[in-house]
Amino acid sequence: MAKVLMKGNEVIAEAAVHAGCKYFFGYPITPQSELVAYMARRLPEVGGVFLQAESEVAAINMVYGAAGTGVRVMTSSSSPGFSLKQEGISYLVGAELPALIVNVVRGGPGLGNIQPAQSDYFQVTKGGGHGDYYTPVLAPSTLQEIIDLTEAAFEIADTYRTPVILLGDGMLGQMMEPVEFKDLTEREPGQKEWATTGTRGDGKPRTITSLDLNADALEKRNEHLQKKFAMIRQNEVRYETYETEDADYIVTAYGTAARIAMNAIQKARKAGLKIGMIRPITLWPFPEQPFIETRDRVKGYLSVEMSAGQMVEDVRLAVDGRAPVSFFGRTGGVVPAQEEIYEQIVNISGGVEV
Amino acid sequence: MEEILIAGFGGQGVMSMGQLIAYAGMNEGKYVSWLPSYGPEQRGGTANCAVVVSEEQVGSPLVSRPSTAIVLNNPSYEKFEPLVKQGGLLVVNASLISKATERSDIKVLNIKATEHANVLGNPKVANMVLLGAFLEETGILSDESILEALKKVLSPEKHSLLGINRRALELGRSLAGNVKI
Repeated sequence: MAKVLMKGNEVIAEAAVHAGCKYFFGYPITPQSELVAYMARRLPEVGGVFLQAESEVAAINMVYGAAGTGVRVMTSSSSPGFSLKQEGISYLVGAELPALIVNVVRGGPGLGNIQPAQSDYFQVTKGGGHGDYYTPVLAPSTLQEIIDLTEAAFEIADTYRTPVILLGDGMLGQMMEPVEFKDLTEREPGQKEWATTGTRGDGKPRTITSLDLNADALEKRNEHLQKKFAMIRQNEVRYETYETEDADYIVTAYGTAARIAMNAIQKARKAGLKIGMIRPITLWPFPEQPFIETRDRVKGYLSVEMSAGQMVEDVRLAVDGRAPVSFFGRTGGVVPAQEEIYEQIVNISGGVEV
Repeated sequence: MEEILIAGFGGQGVMSMGQLIAYAGMNEGKYVSWLPSYGPEQRGGTANCAVVVSEEQVGSPLVSRPSTAIVLNNPSYEKFEPLVKQGGLLVVNASLISKATERSDIKVLNIKATEHANVLGNPKVANMVLLGAFLEETGILSDESILEALKKVLSPEKHSLLGINRRALELGRSLAGNVKI
């Protein structure tokens, strides 16, 4: 299929349809409303259901209900609305239901604004709702990558019976870029033997619940979940590296910040500085390996984020004190400019020879 | 790399001009991005979009110092005239903007786009007149690519407007040729 020019929000929606998602429950909020609008038009074309719920809380619980029947289902929102979904996400984890939840992040805290931000990193990578849990988090940095990761998100969700979060930001949601949908065959998700689709008088009723009043039994359930998280940690880590082999310093960034940092790194390389990049694609599980492989030979790391410094904590854990880790970020919906990231790179490198 | 900022009132075709450039760039095998301003300032005020056309992958789709600014109304002129890069280009809809720049380090094209569009028979193609002037000056994209893109941006029932859009583009090109210093 030829390249088309699409908005990020629309790309997420179309990629989900390509991945076989036919059910969407959501509530509009800037800067992700185009996703909701696209689904309203698109899902009836493929025999699916689009429903605008009365609130984000209602939408995530509709997702719970649909996921229980074994279908591919999703919801989407932006930061304040995503916060409202946390109770439901915790329930999805507890009941082991697969679903895709999209967060197109905007400036916070509180109502904040509608500009791009990465300040929900803690919330998405450290649980977010109540209880002992993690959810896999995929963070694309181009619109083409959105297509791959949306499909991967549904696969991971089904494989591990878990909700998966696709994390974007206002810039990725609003911008247009050429994309190509390579695989046009729509997938039919396989049968799920746990789905509650009715026994029709034949066989034992199935139950999906996150409730367990027996402490020992709930502990067992938690142990099972922890084993699952360990498997996800082992199998699903994704990242990309750029010229880390000979790097003196490594910049690390994800999503929008990564694409801007990449330009700054290329400029620094031209100026003779040996700078590399580690771009986490999964934020949970966090890619520790590329840091472990480089931490004993580089002079330092710089984490660049559109936040006051959140991912930098995971970077420090991975580097484990073996090299200095510095941070540069902009907050409140301000997007860092390539020039200011370049300046930071020059500063930590001790300047450029003129 | 061309970093373009297009600004004007909502309804002047600012967003679609940007999309045409992005589409045409894509058709010519270039890396492109398009980013709208989507803040609350859009309501009743000015709208703008940023377009990057590059031989390399686009990092930031944000444009803070445009190599070209195309401005369609006074508030946009005031906001973006000072931001154009040294050696850059400022395309002005002189029908609605009467100010003259004091900058000598940029090239300015003053085009009475709305008046020319009216003569062509539709004030809505003022944006295409300006686009034509921009293309003539920069030479970054061919008319064929832009018209191909127009077929995609315009819904099929509006394809009857392709002719007037082509004439507006060509007029813009010849006007740019005339005002060139």
